[in-house]
Amino acid sequence: MKFKSLVTTIAAAGLVLSAQSSVAGDTLAAVKKKDSIVCGVSTGLAGFSQKDEKGKWSGLDVDLCRSVAAAVLGDAKKVQYKPLTAKERFTALQSGEIDILSRNTTWTHTRDTSLGLNFAGVNYYDGQGFMVSKKLGLKSALELDGATACIQAGTTTELNLADYFRSNNMKYTAVTFDTSDQTRSGFESGRCDVLTSDQSQLYAIRIGLKDPSSAVVLPEVISKEPLGPVVRQGDDEWFNIVKWTMNAIVESEFLDVTSANVDALKANGNPGQKRLLGTEGDAGEKLGLTADWAYNIVKQVGNYSESFERNVGQGSSLKISRGLNAQWNKGGILYSPPVR
Amino acid sequence: MSLEHIEKANSQTKSKSVINNPRYRALIYQLILLICLGYFFYSIVSNALSNMEARGIKSGFGFLFTTAGFDILMSLIPYEATDTYGRTFLVGLLNTILVSVIGIFLATIIGFALGIAYFSKNWLIRKASIIYVEIFRNIPLLLQVFFWYFAVLAALPSVKGSLSLFESIFLNVRGLFLPAVVDEPGSNLVYLALTIAIAIVVYLKKWSSRRQDETGEQFPLLRVSIAILIGIPTLATLLTGVPFHLDYPVLGRFSLSGGTTVIPELMALSIALSIYCGAFIAEAVRAGIQAVPNGQIEAARSLGLNERKIMSLIIVPQAMRVIMPLLNSEYQSLVKNSTLATAIGYPDLFTVFVGTSLNQTGQAIEIVFMTMAVYFVINMSISLIMNLFNAKVALAERK
Repeated sequence: MKFKSLVTTIAAAGLVLSAQSSVAGDTLAAVKKKDSIVCGVSTGLAGFSQKDEKGKWSGLDVDLCRSVAAAVLGDAKKVQYKPLTAKERFTALQSGEIDILSRNTTWTHTRDTSLGLNFAGVNYYDGQGFMVSKKLGLKSALELDGATACIQAGTTTELNLADYFRSNNMKYTAVTFDTSDQTRSGFESGRCDVLTSDQSQLYAIRIGLKDPSSAVVLPEVISKEPLGPVVRQGDDEWFNIVKWTMNAIVESEFLDVTSANVDALKANGNPGQKRLLGTEGDAGEKLGLTADWAYNIVKQVGNYSESFERNVGQGSSLKISRGLNAQWNKGGILYSPPVR
Repeated sequence: MSLEHIEKANSQTKSKSVINNPRYRALIYQLILLICLGYFFYSIVSNALSNMEARGIKSGFGFLFTTAGFDILMSLIPYEATDTYGRTFLVGLLNTILVSVIGIFLATIIGFALGIAYFSKNWLIRKASIIYVEIFRNIPLLLQVFFWYFAVLAALPSVKGSLSLFESIFLNVRGLFLPAVVDEPGSNLVYLALTIAIAIVVYLKKWSSRRQDETGEQFPLLRVSIAILIGIPTLATLLTGVPFHLDYPVLGRFSLSGGTTVIPELMALSIALSIYCGAFIAEAVRAGIQAVPNGQIEAARSLGLNERKIMSLIIVPQAMRVIMPLLNSEYQSLVKNSTLATAIGYPDLFTVFVGTSLNQTGQAIEIVFMTMAVYFVINMSISLIMNLFNAKVALAERK
């Protein structure tokens, strides 16, 4: 009996010994092996990542996951979605539970440098704003002294809000909820006077109100919120794939490649289009992917413009205009390095 | 063979080899186990540390001294966004302790009242107690928290249409607004008078029980104590010329300002916790009372004690032996369940520290470890206190 327990103890210690090697692995190989990508998305945010009644995910952030799947596995459908709250998102990525975090996440210095994560680009340039009830008759956020604000926990919003009120010598009370839905119901029940979040989210939340016309979004934008996909630090191959997927989505719009004309341009396009779509050069091979990586993205998901309009723009209920998110030559700041 | 015989036999067969000596062998096994355990934990920690370093995740407790930069809904100590993460830990900890203390206090009252009501001769009271226990014990706590927060408290009128009592107490969707008592010079004397009154009552209790032991005479302790506790501080207040004033909540631009606010998150969580745990405590009390042998009650009756005296002098003290250990685990689960605060945004330790602070710093391991340690310490303290009480009520056996 005692001998037996001794043996088990030694075996257990041996297990730990062998498990001591680093678990940081090759994401691309793992993704190819399981033949799907695990993508961390929000628990439901109109336009960015939301699930319909049939369980199908859609949105700007979801399109990014689908694009990576199209580039890596050749099939945009090979994505497993993992809904995460703002609080859970980084731990889920650090622990390897997900392969990409594509969840309206703001790129900040602290997050980029101390979490062991890398931001692979920006898929939406946003800024924090305020939504108030129309009844209050407010014209500016500077009239909010003494107000109660509903915010979502674990976001940059919490920090910006404190900064904004402090720098304008105003007082406020912060009511912090876990999910975007809870902040909305807090706002609706009158628990708070103002709901503050990224502007894109405000429009999405406003649509979800029982009476959207009862609320107005104030003109002030109090912060820079570049939202983008995040990957683990230390796996440069995977980092490059996500970064260039992001770039290919933007670049395809710049080169006028759409899901409708991609087949024609692949064969007869100009050199730039051909390089992107893999008929010239070896852009795909250099990423460790096949030559038709970008072709698959555009064919199956579409370029940035298509994705934007479908999810948050004129083709959606949000009706957000391109603004900062237009191409650099059309008044926005979207700019992809050249594929060459 | 009796035990002594076996021991004798063992010591007689003295082995020359250390390996064959059962005592040394047992010791060696223990030692090996200890080393293995120590190595096990060491390698877990060093493995985690080296992995974190390899991935560029910062570690250490330095973040506790950096500026947090976010605000917290409710704090028992002064807190501003410019304070440190260490302070957010304290704020959360105190909020957890607050809701736990309120919950334990109310749950105990509810539990004992309903547990005793189970034995009432009144059919309605008895049935009401049973129905209460069955309903609230069988509904998930999270659902009850949501019910109180999203269904009951969120349905209260808005600030403009607050329910008010004498224009000084207001209840609305933002919480309960009460007038705050503000000290003026001279208020210290009143607090001193209150302390003296408490001391007198404590002494009186000892004196009266000693007198009863010696002479058998009873003293109306409860009535006299209440008179002292109210009388002396009131007298002191009047003599010092009422050194207090009330700060009334006033309707401002957005909400009521001034006075004291009880936020709805705190109300919802305390109500849900005390009602839920109250149902379990009621069951514990019922079990404790049923465990008292019927003979005890019959003996008390034959001595001529009335029903109320039988309950307070004979049944409850004996029932406490059974109730105490159950109460201990109920209190502990109440403290642990208070982490459901995160579902409604009450700023307890879990919401503030494991929620926002963890997310802003990304130091998951340190923060989760600290928080686990806190709940462990709180629950061990409860256990310690309850064990002291338990030792008091336990059957005094002859040594």
